[in-house]
Amino acid sequence: MRIGLFVPCYVDAFEPEVGIATLELLERFGLEVEYPYDQTCCGQPMTNTGCHQEAAATEALFVRNFSGFDYVVAPSGSCVHQVREHLTAIPQTDEVRKVRASTYELVEFLHDVLKVEALPWARFPHKVAYHANCNALRGIGHARPSELNLPYFSKPLNLLQKVEGVELVNLARPDECCGFGGTFSVFEPAVSAKMGYDKVADQKRAGAEYVVSADSSCLMHQKGCAERLGLPLKYIHIAQVLNGAAA
Amino acid sequence: MSARDAILAEIRKNRPAGEHPLPAVPRFTPLVGDDLVAEFGERLKRMGGRIAEPGADDVFAGVRERLDGAKVVASAVPELAGNRDLEAVARPRDVDDVDVAVVRAVFGIAETGSVLFTEGQLIVNAVAYLAQHLVVLLDPADILPNVQAAYLRPEFGQAAYAVLHTGPSATADIEGVLIHGAQGVRSLTVVLQPRANA
Amino acid sequence: MSEELHPREREGVVNPAVRAPDDASERGQDGRRLDHAEGTSKPIQAPAQREPQPRGAKIRGDRPIDQGEAAERFLAAPLHAAAHDERLWDLRRKRDTAAHGIPEWEELRELASQIKQHTLANLDTYLEQFEAAAKANGVHVHWAKDGADHNRIVLGILRDHGARTLVKSKSMLTEECGFRHFMEGEGVEIIETDLGERIQQLDNEEPSHVVVPAAHKTRFDVAEVFARTLGTDPDNDDAHYLAESQRETTRPYILNADAGLTGCNFAVAETGTVVTCTNEGNADLSGNVPKLQIHSIGIEKLIPRVEHLGVFLRILARSALGSPITQYTSHFRGPRAGTEMHYVLVDNGRAARLGMEEFWTSLKCIRCGACMNTCPVYRRSGGLSYGATYAGPIGLIIDPTFNKRKYSTLPFSSTMNGSCTNVCPVKINIHEQIFAWRKVLAEEHQIPMLKQGMMKAAGAVLSRPAAYRAAIGAADSALKVLPRFAVYNPLNTWGKKREMPDAPRQSFHAWYRENRMKDGAK
Repeated sequence: MRIGLFVPCYVDAFEPEVGIATLELLERFGLEVEYPYDQTCCGQPMTNTGCHQEAAATEALFVRNFSGFDYVVAPSGSCVHQVREHLTAIPQTDEVRKVRASTYELVEFLHDVLKVEALPWARFPHKVAYHANCNALRGIGHARPSELNLPYFSKPLNLLQKVEGVELVNLARPDECCGFGGTFSVFEPAVSAKMGYDKVADQKRAGAEYVVSADSSCLMHQKGCAERLGLPLKYIHIAQVLNGAAA
Repeated sequence: MSARDAILAEIRKNRPAGEHPLPAVPRFTPLVGDDLVAEFGERLKRMGGRIAEPGADDVFAGVRERLDGAKVVASAVPELAGNRDLEAVARPRDVDDVDVAVVRAVFGIAETGSVLFTEGQLIVNAVAYLAQHLVVLLDPADILPNVQAAYLRPEFGQAAYAVLHTGPSATADIEGVLIHGAQGVRSLTVVLQPRANA
Repeated sequence: MSEELHPREREGVVNPAVRAPDDASERGQDGRRLDHAEGTSKPIQAPAQREPQPRGAKIRGDRPIDQGEAAERFLAAPLHAAAHDERLWDLRRKRDTAAHGIPEWEELRELASQIKQHTLANLDTYLEQFEAAAKANGVHVHWAKDGADHNRIVLGILRDHGARTLVKSKSMLTEECGFRHFMEGEGVEIIETDLGERIQQLDNEEPSHVVVPAAHKTRFDVAEVFARTLGTDPDNDDAHYLAESQRETTRPYILNADAGLTGCNFAVAETGTVVTCTNEGNADLSGNVPKLQIHSIGIEKLIPRVEHLGVFLRILARSALGSPITQYTSHFRGPRAGTEMHYVLVDNGRAARLGMEEFWTSLKCIRCGACMNTCPVYRRSGGLSYGATYAGPIGLIIDPTFNKRKYSTLPFSSTMNGSCTNVCPVKINIHEQIFAWRKVLAEEHQIPMLKQGMMKAAGAVLSRPAAYRAAIGAADSALKVLPRFAVYNPLNTWGKKREMPDAPRQSFHAWYRENRMKDGAK
């Protein structure tokens, strides 16, 4: 099984330890993981702004980098959603379609493909609020969103519950968007920040010490909001917790 | 071309591609239990309505105080005389001074606590809104389990006007504060009373 | 600036500034608190401090609406913002409770969606059937190509009857048509009879929400408007007093009106029936008191049969309010003896939208407002920030069909989180249509040149591995290059309200080369 690791651009630049944790975690399961060095980005910043033509070359590069793999794994629900649903600025050849279908977000790869039963190396004795990234939740089906009257399930919580010591706390608005929204955070800074403030206040009231998410972009935004409000909350990617981060 | 023809032509030109068959609507199991009277009463109260039990020798025992305190009572039911003859009302606005209107419901719906009237029961449609309070006679045998069953009834294809009332007129347009009697009746009380010749 | 956080006052309240007095009048016969109609599941009141009401988006002809600017002003009024957010979130929560209480909920959504799609795909047939049934019932049927046509037709009907005053119930369609303003210019007095809509009329504002038109106002704002226009006590901000004042001052208009007009929630083709859903009973007053009744109907309101009301009525109020049904569900099928009844079937861009492959299913909308209540951006912006008839998620995908330039910015006022799609009772893929609109607008150059230019620059860097690696070599330059943070003036925009991310020692690329690439290649 050939696994290609995709480390999204903002993780690459700002949260390299999330990429490292993802790589190490996959290797703990005995997988051979390759990191195509010429990778950059999935094209989401452009397509989410409507600029599909401007995304085409980046999308083509993504496909070139990852076409040889059985699975492409990335620690970001948002980028995987882009690849799966919106990587459409280039002609949809068999190769493109295969790459898109083979791209998995880390949590779903662990949960659905590897069917991970235990994470014996992981211990995280903290009160944890889980933040569901919207694309992970509603875009690629990480969990049953609160709006739908369907049987409950949650892949990320399922995994977190296998980590010794994790104590999950409940948010008043569990599925509410934190306001990052990609370029939204730049174009509508007032609403974006207010959503972030409300989100971190909710996390604080719920008694969380740590906020865990499968997406670094939301975490970066929330961390910036919590620091601005002076709230002593800590933000960490689920890859790091599952990989046994001592925090 | 008339506006009608222009609109219809544009619709035909722009007909969405693909097959869009009309689905068959299954008969859903009612959400309510077998005791339709109790279920109806519970739902009605949640919607701000009231239930009054008829007394042993006074159908209107539960609303007697309200009736006795009223200057103008318009009755559309044989069980009560009232002092305003709805059949003689010339214009709808003339029932504006009615304190209590009494009407019989065609049927009730347990799922929602609703009652149905048509122009046949109301005589003057506006009395159900211009009156200050509404008293409704409902035969417990006329309670349907759910909304779906209600829409299989013939009244909707026959009456010029058919209306489901579920509790009184209400608003919460100001800060979500619930207020009864927004524009219509301030209260709606259902008296569970079988039809005279049922 | 630091937001003070109080201990949790009530379960589930995110904005602690919103406090909770109790109100005994909201209790039912059995003593339990009631939350039907638009009532809140728990008392939510803005604190007893006055704060000027933030106003909506600045309208400058066809120039693109700056929703963000209006939203920022809304948020600068923290009491309004907190009350608005809590109020609408409460409606969303009530909606969840109602939806989760029905085992067949998701099946009902699918049925409603299919019935609507079927009807829209055969709309010509159903309109003809509806018209024929209505005529057979003694109703006069008119067709209006656009809003101006609608207004002219209604004016004609009124003139035929010498009617000078008209009472009406809430209708988003007439808002679309600019009906009220037109009629005022023609010397016809229009009185809104829905409390929220009346508040908005008296304050000369558009409705900010399709179901609760004055949701953005506090009771103090209403007290101020009523004192100014109805002569109420400016210091009395009790909601009961204010509502009663409105009832008392509106009643004479209802009794004396020459005509009544309602909107339409559903138009049943087989019977020619117009169905309205209200909580106040004001559609019934408009339809049953004056001698002349008019119903304005958007052509997308058609459904084939009465039986289908058994699907739509079960999801409409539950989605909108969390109530099993509205207080009044009214079926107008024919005129009362001695009166006249008119239908005006209005297109106003709907037939054209039917031909838009990616957007025609927005015509399924039943105007429940659930997408607005769940939208985290709408809740924090106020409906007037959109500067359009339709605010919130459904507005983002409908408004550009009316004016592509003016509303070109609206599809960007979204995080595309997808909650709107999940609450939509007729399963409109709202957030996917927002995404699709962005593409259309970019292709038609309806987004700012600078924005498009930045994306072109970003695409150029992100498609060249070496250039990309050089750019992210240092976090400072990464901030300049990565378009997520880099458009316009990244440091100011991000850093104004949030702390900047820490600059890591090295990028993942650099770490990988140092630790995993034996030959240190490239």
